[in-house]
Amino acid sequence: MEQHINAPISREEAGRLHAGDYVYLTGTIYTARDAAHKRMQEAIERGESLPFPIEGTMIYYMGPSPAREGRPIGSAGPTTASRMDRYAPALMDLGLGAMIGKGKRSQSVIDGVVRNGCVYFAAVGGAGALLSKCITSSQVVAYEDLGPEAIRRLEVKNFPVIVVIDSEGNNLYETAIIQYQK
Amino acid sequence: MRTIKTEEISKAVREMCIEANHVLSADMKNVFDEAEKKEESPLGRQILNQLKENLKIAREDQIPICQDTGMAVVFLKIGQDVHIEGGSLKEAVNQGVREGYQEGYLRKSVVADPIERVNTMDNTPAVIHCEIVDGDQVEITVAPKGFGSENMSRIFMLKPADGIEGVKEAILTAVKEAGPNACPPMVVGVGIGGTFEKCALMAKHALTRNLKEESAVPYVRELEKEMVEKINCLGIGPGGLGGRVTAFAVNIETYPTHIAGLPVAVNICCHVNRHIHRTI
Repeated sequence: MEQHINAPISREEAGRLHAGDYVYLTGTIYTARDAAHKRMQEAIERGESLPFPIEGTMIYYMGPSPAREGRPIGSAGPTTASRMDRYAPALMDLGLGAMIGKGKRSQSVIDGVVRNGCVYFAAVGGAGALLSKCITSSQVVAYEDLGPEAIRRLEVKNFPVIVVIDSEGNNLYETAIIQYQK
Repeated sequence: MRTIKTEEISKAVREMCIEANHVLSADMKNVFDEAEKKEESPLGRQILNQLKENLKIAREDQIPICQDTGMAVVFLKIGQDVHIEGGSLKEAVNQGVREGYQEGYLRKSVVADPIERVNTMDNTPAVIHCEIVDGDQVEITVAPKGFGSENMSRIFMLKPADGIEGVKEAILTAVKEAGPNACPPMVVGVGIGGTFEKCALMAKHALTRNLKEESAVPYVRELEKEMVEKINCLGIGPGGLGGRVTAFAVNIETYPTHIAGLPVAVNICCHVNRHIHRTI
């Protein structure tokens, strides 16, 4: 089923999504990769606040290539989500609404998605030029010294993703493969 | 003895880094069309279509095909009758990478130390593999390697008794574990034989082979075909979201090995299998 969803996302909206749904996202999302997650984890441990509002936020696991003049961003496809598995459950427990990446997640992440009514979306890996066309603005908001790994606030319009893990714990990576196995 | 200036090498590497990240070689582009015909999954076909559209946008708007513009892997085949003049060859290659990644708006993805992890901010150093060959030319191959698929690559030190069946099992194990993480459809580079490091290097080099070229060794040719079929029965499909096309190709290189061993390396590359060759 095709749907249009606004970011940030509420628990109710996330709960209505099912593994396999094709979704277009519009609104504000934040990027973070390995190094930014490590710093956020350290901030949480020190009792400090995160560099963006967490409630209902969608984090996009992505580090773009530099923007050419006149463009908001360079190539901007998803990175492998499993590298963030160590950090994701704590962020979900704090209110994170959704994650956008590519690739498998650990059981503790799946449990966190179910426990908190979150959702894990996949964007098409290696389609960074195409996906960049759905990003209308990009601004570094934290950890600028990390270069491509800095946290960016993005405005996206009709950004295409697929629901892989839904709030009931269904996992498209497992179910879809069975259908085409020989 | 022919003299080649290091500036020429820097210039070539700079241009090749930029081109490789914006335009795939013709053999790579063709496999997307073939895959779209073969793919049975509607979502799989949709993803393949997006990937083709992505290649078009990358080329026309000069946006890198993938934001992971890779660590620059550079193969140099240096003719033994060539004299390189104008400074260090290694520095010449790194200067080419530095300029290419800056001028081409490519992402700087290299950290100076694997534990301390501070970004070098110019994508150097490159990983450089030199080989001395006959002749008076220098052949350069630039292959920017993304790490989504690099991270899913494996080495297996098999026993001679494991034989060809063990090799097949090793390749399938690596591909199954890689699944959606490696951005399928993949190209699978395999090295069989040699030593621990030699088979890894062969697997990497195999990824730079034109997909239309077959192995010269009859049993290897058959193995390549068989493995593509077997991989495409796993059901992983484009984006790992189910389908028939999981691998575009399996490229295998072999080398003599020790009586006690059967090393197998599987270097997985995503559908953005970038490699470009130039001879000076």
